[in-house]
Amino acid sequence: MEIKVDKKTCTGCGLCKKACLYDAIDIIDGKAAINENCVFCGACVDVCRFNSIEISGIDEEEKDFSGYSGVCVYLEANGKTVSDVGFELVSKGRELAGKLGVKLTALAVGSGIKESAMEAFDYGLDKLYLADSPVFSNNIDDIFSRILVKTIAKYKPEIFLAGATWFGRTLIPKVAAILRTGLTADCTGLEIDEEKKILLQTRPTFGGNILATIITRNVRPQMATVRPHVMEKKKNKGSSKNYEDRIEHIKVERSEFKTEYNLIGVDRELNENINITDYDVVVSGGRGLGGSEKFSMLEELAGLLGGVVGASRAAVDSGWISYPHQVGQTGKTVNPKIYIACGISGAIQHLAGMQTSDIIIAVNKDPDASIFEVANYGVVGDLFEVVPMLIKRIKSGKPLI
Amino acid sequence: MIKVKIIVCIKQVPGSTEIKIDPETNTLKREGIENIMNPLDSYAIEEAVRLKERFNDKDIEVTAITMGPPQSEEILREAVSLGADSAVLLSDRAFAGADTWATASTLARGIKKIGDCRLIILGKQTIDGDTGQVGPELAQKMKIPFLGYVSGIEKLDKNKIKLKRLMEDRYENFEISLPAAISVIKDINVPRVPSLKGKVKAKNAVIPVWGKKEIEADEKEVGLSGSYTKVVKIFTPRIRHETKMIEGAIEEKVEELNKILKQLNVV
Ligand SMILES: Cc1cc2nc3c(=O)[nH]c(=O)nc-3n(C[C@H](O)[C@H](O)[C@H](O)COP(=O)(O)OP(=O)(O)OC[C@H]3O[C@@H](n4cnc5c(N)ncnc54)[C@H](O)[C@@H]3O)c2cc1C
Ligand SMILES: Nc1ncnc2c1ncn2[C@@H]1O[C@H](COP(=O)(O)O)[C@@H](O)[C@H]1O
Repeated sequence: MEIKVDKKTCTGCGLCKKACLYDAIDIIDGKAAINENCVFCGACVDVCRFNSIEISGIDEEEKDFSGYSGVCVYLEANGKTVSDVGFELVSKGRELAGKLGVKLTALAVGSGIKESAMEAFDYGLDKLYLADSPVFSNNIDDIFSRILVKTIAKYKPEIFLAGATWFGRTLIPKVAAILRTGLTADCTGLEIDEEKKILLQTRPTFGGNILATIITRNVRPQMATVRPHVMEKKKNKGSSKNYEDRIEHIKVERSEFKTEYNLIGVDRELNENINITDYDVVVSGGRGLGGSEKFSMLEELAGLLGGVVGASRAAVDSGWISYPHQVGQTGKTVNPKIYIACGISGAIQHLAGMQTSDIIIAVNKDPDASIFEVANYGVVGDLFEVVPMLIKRIKSGKPLI
Repeated sequence: MIKVKIIVCIKQVPGSTEIKIDPETNTLKREGIENIMNPLDSYAIEEAVRLKERFNDKDIEVTAITMGPPQSEEILREAVSLGADSAVLLSDRAFAGADTWATASTLARGIKKIGDCRLIILGKQTIDGDTGQVGPELAQKMKIPFLGYVSGIEKLDKNKIKLKRLMEDRYENFEISLPAAISVIKDINVPRVPSLKGKVKAKNAVIPVWGKKEIEADEKEVGLSGSYTKVVKIFTPRIRHETKMIEGAIEEKVEELNKILKQLNVV
């Protein structure tokens, strides 16, 4: 494998040097030269106007993947309910399977989840693999990986998609490693290259500043985790109503499911709602809030909007609110319909965790705050005036003017 | 008595705060970006050093490891200054272009060569590749259990570890047998700054550099050749929209906000 600069066509313009994130290009004697920091990411190849840079010597074997067919989606459950991301993936899977002219299947794993999993048929599912057993009552990595591996190995889908939930992001890499296949993380875009019939997997990196499109080379299935709330749920009723016939029960032998993970206990009954990734509305506070007591104001607003409270790193580090509420690169990635940022400056690490929200509303007293650059609606003002007045306005239902 | 060896995996990344897009060429401005230790990896080092301090100092040995270009040595010295006992650099032209699987394969070989490792600690994810996949893939490659998103370690002895992990809506308490691998979140501790003594130690540390020969890796399993995924295109996201600034007296602003929320069907 090699990366080469064609000295004849290179003009030494330096565009590639600018595009390189790894400090791997020097301009020597008016020509680009690649040094040992290069990670072969291809950013320079893309940006060069003279086609002077080439990466070569990657052995793209021509392999026969005809044994693999179909799109399969993992339906992750929380308790007895399949999480929304599962149905989002079925909807997306329908589109991908349509383009490839193949079947769309889904695998649901859990305890008492049949009824909820059947809902997937409303989104255009052809077949449901159901592993419903008390051994799946808790999310234990090795137990779940075994059933996923078993099902994928048996039915050999060419594409396998799962939600990029926290559990998904530790479980699916384990599954991919056992199957010895590639995995693209936290995708926000999936498309079929209709000519090559392969999956183009697009994902944000570098805190959302860059999008990278990734392919799976020389192996199958092509696997990706997909960011929740990004793909749209689309109902797509098939003609047949006889869903029972389209369920295939995956046999589960209890003895098969020993675990190395001894789960001692689960703290679910926390006295605050920390599941901020699962709400349509997130009301977040930052340094501008000035103290922990003020978060009760945001809680009230969030409550009125059917939402939940989030926070910037500054607010969490100050000890005003607990870490599970943190939005951003070192916290959670949220993707709600409405994100309301109060007293948050909009540091790039915070934006990485919320900028794909559908609608962003920002309240900040500093008109130059970078949060306004990503916001759909901006209010320059003191949040201690704006938020209480808004709460009053919503509660009373009476116009202010 | 045998030591409990803890390995901490760290990665050098471009310090991302300064990454800006050049509006004229629509490319990234890299000037002024310095390479740093992946911020979340400092929590991994800190946790290892705390374990050492919490239990018997002499019974635990902390080794930092990274796979990267020669200049990654800087972050290994930093790790030593923060309390790691030793460090190893995996560096070879053949390692370049690795995806998470090839990275995990390379690290697994390096860790095997170090020997006797009981616990591997990683960061939750990096700020550049940002996948969080190296930990679970590495553990699988080594056939040991992996727990991600660890927010606290309650107990550690030679054979077992008791810990707590955070999921979106709950905490889970686990006990697992060693050897094992874990990834930690920011909530787990507050990393220290290097001491003067640490800095001196870091300066004098001898850091071995192992290439594919030393770790007995086949060319085909490392770097781009050993990768199952490949980046085919990198581009900058389009600016999606204009920001509408809501003007007027405060009452008008709040009235407008209320109207927007109404249109969005949440009030
Ligand atoms: C734009 C872009 C997109 C990418 N997307 C993907 C993708 O979707 N799938 C994929 O398989 N690869 C992908 N890669 C490749 C991936 O970034 C590299 O494999 C990288 O070496 C490790 O992945 P990471 O940075 O995501 O680490 P993560 O898995 O996020 O890192 C978790 C932890 O693992 C440890 N660690 C990570 N790297 C090293 C190292 N080199 N040495 C020691 N410890 C380490 C650290 O403790 C770190 O905190 C991508 C690369 C680029 C440039
Ligand atoms: N009373 C206030 N009302 C609105 N914004 C504020 C107020 N006080 C501080 N801020 C903003 O809060 C932000 C703090 O952001 P951060 O450090 O990201 O949490 C800064 O951008 C300030 O301009």
